[in-house]
Amino acid sequence: MSEHTSATTATGINMYDVRPTTEVPAESPLAWSYHHTGHPGVSQRSRVVIRERAMLGHVVLRGGAIVLDEAVRQVLGFGLPARPNTLNQDPSGERSAQWLSPDEWLVIVPGGEEFSLEAKLREALGDAHYAIVNVSGGQTLLELEGEAATELLMKSTPYDVHPAGFPVGKGVTTVFAKSNLILRRPAEDRWELVLRRSFADYLYRWLLDAGQEYAIGVDD
Amino acid sequence: MLHIYCPYCEELREEEEFHPKGQAHITRPADPDACSDEEWGDYLFFRDNPRGIHHEMWVHAIGCRKFFNVTRNTVTYEILETYPMGEQPRFTAEYPEGKPADQLNDAQQEPSRQEGVHV
Amino acid sequence: MSQSLKQPNRVREGGRIDRAQTLSFTFNGKQYQGHAGDTLASALLANGVNIVNRSFKYSRPRGIVAAGAEEPNALVQLGSTEAAQVPNVRATQQALFDGLVARSTNGWPNVQRDVMSLVGKLGGQFMPPGFYYKTFMAPASMWMTYEKVIRKGAGLGRSPMERDPDHYDHLNQHCDLLVVGAGPAGLSAALTAARSGARVILCDEQEEMGGSLLDSREQLDGQPAHHWVEGVVSELAQMANVTLLPRTTANGYHDHHFVTLHERRTEHLGETAPLTDGQRPSRSRMHRVRAGQVLLATGAHERPLVYGNNDVPGNMTAGAVSTYIRRYGVVPGNKLVLSTTNDYAYRAALDWLDAGREVVAIVDARKAPEGDLVEQARVRGVRIIEGAAVLEAKGSDRVTGARVATIDAETFKVTGSSDTLSCDTIASSGGYSPAIHLASHTGARPTWNDEILGFVPSLVKGVHAAGSVRGFHQLADGLANGCSAAAEALSALGFAATPVELPQVNTYRQGAACALYQVPHEKPTLRGPKQFVDMQNDVTAAAIELATREGFESIEHVKRYTAMGFGTDQGKLGNINGMAIAARCLGKTIPEVGTTVFRPNYTPVTFGAIVGRHCRDLFDPERYTAMHQWHVEQGAEFEDVGQWKRPWYFPRTVNGKTESMHDAVARECLAVRQGVGILDASTLGKIDIQGPDAREFLGRVYTNKWAKLAPGRVRYGLMCKDDGMLMDDGTTSCLGENHFLMTTTTGGAAGVMEWLELWHQTEWPDLQVYFNSVTDHWATITVTGPEARKLLAEITDIDLDRETFKFMDWREGTVADVPARVFRISFTGELSFEINVQANYALHVWKTLFAHGEKYDLTPYGTETMHVLRAEKGLIIAGQETDGSVTPEDLGMQWAVGYDKPFPWIGKRALTRSDTRRVDRKQMVGLMPKDPSVVLEEGAQIVFDPDHAIPMPMVGHVTSSYYSPILESGFALAVIKGGHQRMGEIVYLPMVDGKTHAAEIVSPVFYDPKGERQHV
Repeated sequence: MSEHTSATTATGINMYDVRPTTEVPAESPLAWSYHHTGHPGVSQRSRVVIRERAMLGHVVLRGGAIVLDEAVRQVLGFGLPARPNTLNQDPSGERSAQWLSPDEWLVIVPGGEEFSLEAKLREALGDAHYAIVNVSGGQTLLELEGEAATELLMKSTPYDVHPAGFPVGKGVTTVFAKSNLILRRPAEDRWELVLRRSFADYLYRWLLDAGQEYAIGVDD
Repeated sequence: MLHIYCPYCEELREEEEFHPKGQAHITRPADPDACSDEEWGDYLFFRDNPRGIHHEMWVHAIGCRKFFNVTRNTVTYEILETYPMGEQPRFTAEYPEGKPADQLNDAQQEPSRQEGVHV
Repeated sequence: MSQSLKQPNRVREGGRIDRAQTLSFTFNGKQYQGHAGDTLASALLANGVNIVNRSFKYSRPRGIVAAGAEEPNALVQLGSTEAAQVPNVRATQQALFDGLVARSTNGWPNVQRDVMSLVGKLGGQFMPPGFYYKTFMAPASMWMTYEKVIRKGAGLGRSPMERDPDHYDHLNQHCDLLVVGAGPAGLSAALTAARSGARVILCDEQEEMGGSLLDSREQLDGQPAHHWVEGVVSELAQMANVTLLPRTTANGYHDHHFVTLHERRTEHLGETAPLTDGQRPSRSRMHRVRAGQVLLATGAHERPLVYGNNDVPGNMTAGAVSTYIRRYGVVPGNKLVLSTTNDYAYRAALDWLDAGREVVAIVDARKAPEGDLVEQARVRGVRIIEGAAVLEAKGSDRVTGARVATIDAETFKVTGSSDTLSCDTIASSGGYSPAIHLASHTGARPTWNDEILGFVPSLVKGVHAAGSVRGFHQLADGLANGCSAAAEALSALGFAATPVELPQVNTYRQGAACALYQVPHEKPTLRGPKQFVDMQNDVTAAAIELATREGFESIEHVKRYTAMGFGTDQGKLGNINGMAIAARCLGKTIPEVGTTVFRPNYTPVTFGAIVGRHCRDLFDPERYTAMHQWHVEQGAEFEDVGQWKRPWYFPRTVNGKTESMHDAVARECLAVRQGVGILDASTLGKIDIQGPDAREFLGRVYTNKWAKLAPGRVRYGLMCKDDGMLMDDGTTSCLGENHFLMTTTTGGAAGVMEWLELWHQTEWPDLQVYFNSVTDHWATITVTGPEARKLLAEITDIDLDRETFKFMDWREGTVADVPARVFRISFTGELSFEINVQANYALHVWKTLFAHGEKYDLTPYGTETMHVLRAEKGLIIAGQETDGSVTPEDLGMQWAVGYDKPFPWIGKRALTRSDTRRVDRKQMVGLMPKDPSVVLEEGAQIVFDPDHAIPMPMVGHVTSSYYSPILESGFALAVIKGGHQRMGEIVYLPMVDGKTHAAEIVSPVFYDPKGERQHV
């Protein structure tokens, strides 16, 4: 048997580490897009730059805010955002938790941490009623920066991205082009887009097309 | 394009994010087998189509994915309030200006509900 | 000077054009010159071009009438190349650029000599509404031929036949206050709101902001009006909370203050967007504005008077005359007669005098006009004919005179003898109609105001209006009104308004205007010269009179019968006149007749701007699986399944010859039946279900039982709506006692997810369960066929022994070193393994399978083969065998219905209604065509008796039909009335080509009826 980890918890949940333990080629949801559409380089003229942060750990938490908050605090050292449509991060910015609905949060951690995060949270949560789901293979994160980033977003989403409507620390699930995604603003000059795998190519092509007039570049 | 206040996200969002789900407050009979064919048919197929104040269920499909209710004027399209599942409307055909305060429960006096009043 | 030779009507100085910049352009094949700052219309007038078009119905020569969006005649086709063609551009709103090429929209072979004018005369003195249909109706078959000729002569422009080199986009905007219109009221409103700190968008449809101030005779703070405009606009431009959008028309006012603005970004620069810095900006842009409050400062449109031959080139609105002189430095003629009902129009005569040309007379419908502007005209010696109007214009290609007489507007009579004045231009003004269009879009009915003789907008909550649109035509009133309306809006938004100090302006003494729309004539309307109401659609006063005589009383009916207001100008000039005429004929007042409803868009919007970037490759999202690149590289043909691109089949190319679809599918089918095939099944919906009540929940949403499904086991389930009809199906695996993985159909994934949430959130919130979509997280690879076990065994650490890993079991382990869940479920009827791996590693697993699969001739197959294989096994596809009217029992799947489950699950009650118990319901069966080479058509109707008289009773239809390589015959699934009791009967399928196919009703399981092959 290989060394992969699987367990059934006392609450009757199957926990399964789906990362290979050996060196196996992995492809982000944008692999095909880079291959097929390419990635324009970043130049002096680039007023928008996008950068994929691939292979991160994406975990969805479902449950009551109070119970989950305590466990997350214990495991990650920071709590869940209490207000709708907001985002909390650790000081490094590597780990974040975002409100998705009154009983749903998205936690993003460095790739490889997702399984141990789940295990620790389950341990902390005991037999409370909640759900933890690893969705790391199903989505990827794009960073968006540059002076024209806001205008590019205005072309793409009906959500108000003006600082008055979208301060730092906000994050929403919303319409984007003819699809949807999670849009967040972890810092003054940086946006994050969480894309679903199967829509990633469409959204990538959209961004390049809409960003053409800003000489958009893709940072490798 | 309506502008709809999601009572869970606590802000106005574009109609594109929502799906309409028909008339609100349709409760499934607790004991379907005790229903006559006619009663079951009423539950399944018959809906009101009022001119004026109407209560509808919507879901914030591209958003928090929560279902909630909307009181909407079908003539002016004015949305008088939105409120979570399980609650009752303040604005009704009987009380188009809103139920008097003594007829409201605590939840119905939540200030956040007022923010949904929008033309 | 050569300049004056070339542009005979250009004055030497004044206006907002740059005489140092000369621009060349072509109109109807002839070269002309104009200046920067011109519109195409002003440049044509400067060059003395009288005829710009032919009219739609009568093919009469037409000239420029107005100076803005209300222009009905000067519609041109732009573009020097096929790809650059733009139809129906209003010359009055098209900025001139060097090299512009335009043609008249109507007129064949040309506007000077027009074939269709013969048709116009053929129709005689008067072509009633419906003339073309009535005249060219018989024989009906000839209409197509007539139509081609008529369209050629009277078309309304044409679209380009080549790809547009430009692109278009959308911009989503949000603001506290949207101000529409940057005239005096709009500017003072925007300034008030901007200084108060609100987020403001100010849009204006013209080339520059300022509105009426750009051609005003008035002074603000002792300076020409444009000085104040420039000051305000530059202040606003510097404010971070203000977005200025010139060349931007607010076209549609939708629900809840959602307003669409169309910005023309490069149309003043050239016929295609110029390259800047190597990039081509979007040609035009749709701003989708969500505003907190909206302030309409849209101004008013001047109404021309309706008199005989009022369409001959040289007839214009008075305001347009002023605009051309003062803004563009163009006097559109030499000798002017002004026919007016009000003081304000006098400025056209004063401007004309200032330009050094002759004013023959001012004909004022009022008995004793008085007011400051009237005095000014008197002082300058202009002849004023009181109590009179122009009865008809003389001339055909250009006005040569005006026949004038005293009239009584009240009794609609000519009261004196007429006098013909020699002139080349007749300016008329019947008053001002507020531009209420946007306010009407909100559904608010406008109200008639007798004081200003016009409809003013009713305003719903959150909408404000200021200036001329409310009837405040005096400059001082408009400026002040802008500030106060902005203050109202700000207060509603929760801002304290910062007061703005307004410039000093003169207040003019104005005499009251009189109500005159159609000018009386000595002859009855039907016999006198044509009096045009809607020039674009050639609707005359006589047509409206006739319509009312024929019984059309509602203005909406009159409009549709006569086509009044149906042109691209939407009746901006003519509608109120038309209503007034209808009112006169019906003996009613205008408010009694009512107004028609204006709908979006205010002016035509190019499709490009509506579509934005949602075109070509970005028309709709395309969803790809993790193996997409491999499929493309293998030359797969793709099928759209919802938004997914799925491989349809994989044609092989041997010796340069590519297999047909039929051959490829046959080969793929046999490979699965006899060897091993592989399918990318990643598009199946997957839902992770956790919680102590997960099992209970499954029991309520599925028709079958879930109480005893053990971890490690998989079960197929049917999902019905509460009406008992099947909505989706799929397998659900028990991952742990309280943990399940549900699969849905590819197309049903989002709907099923929402369905589960619906029931949980609204009916059973007490159940402890959570649903999460994991469709994209897991990639699914199906390995199927007799050799599947051997192949998989090479790269997995899972024990594949048939005794320990049975059909409908699932196991965990690695596949190609990647942690996987492997499910023994089969959609082909063969030994099958469905492998789920985290999607980032899926391509590796897929390729590894191929690396090991060569010796088994591992064959990739697509959706077509999948369909054939599952149909051979009688396995349904929800949405293909079902259409929302099919129950599990109709499908013969009562084995998957747990009538004795304790909870009344979704659909159960409906399955005992009398209708769902009927024995003659359409039931799913198999069909074997009598001729095995026949593949029945999907959707073909089925009858029991092919000799029955038409219409034959139809008893069902084919739901799926294919050729089966393993059966060597066509075969089909169908639903047939009472089909389950009709095994062995012959039914018939009459086809459109006259053939009738016979087929035998058989079991839907065509292959391996005992189901042994999937258990091996």
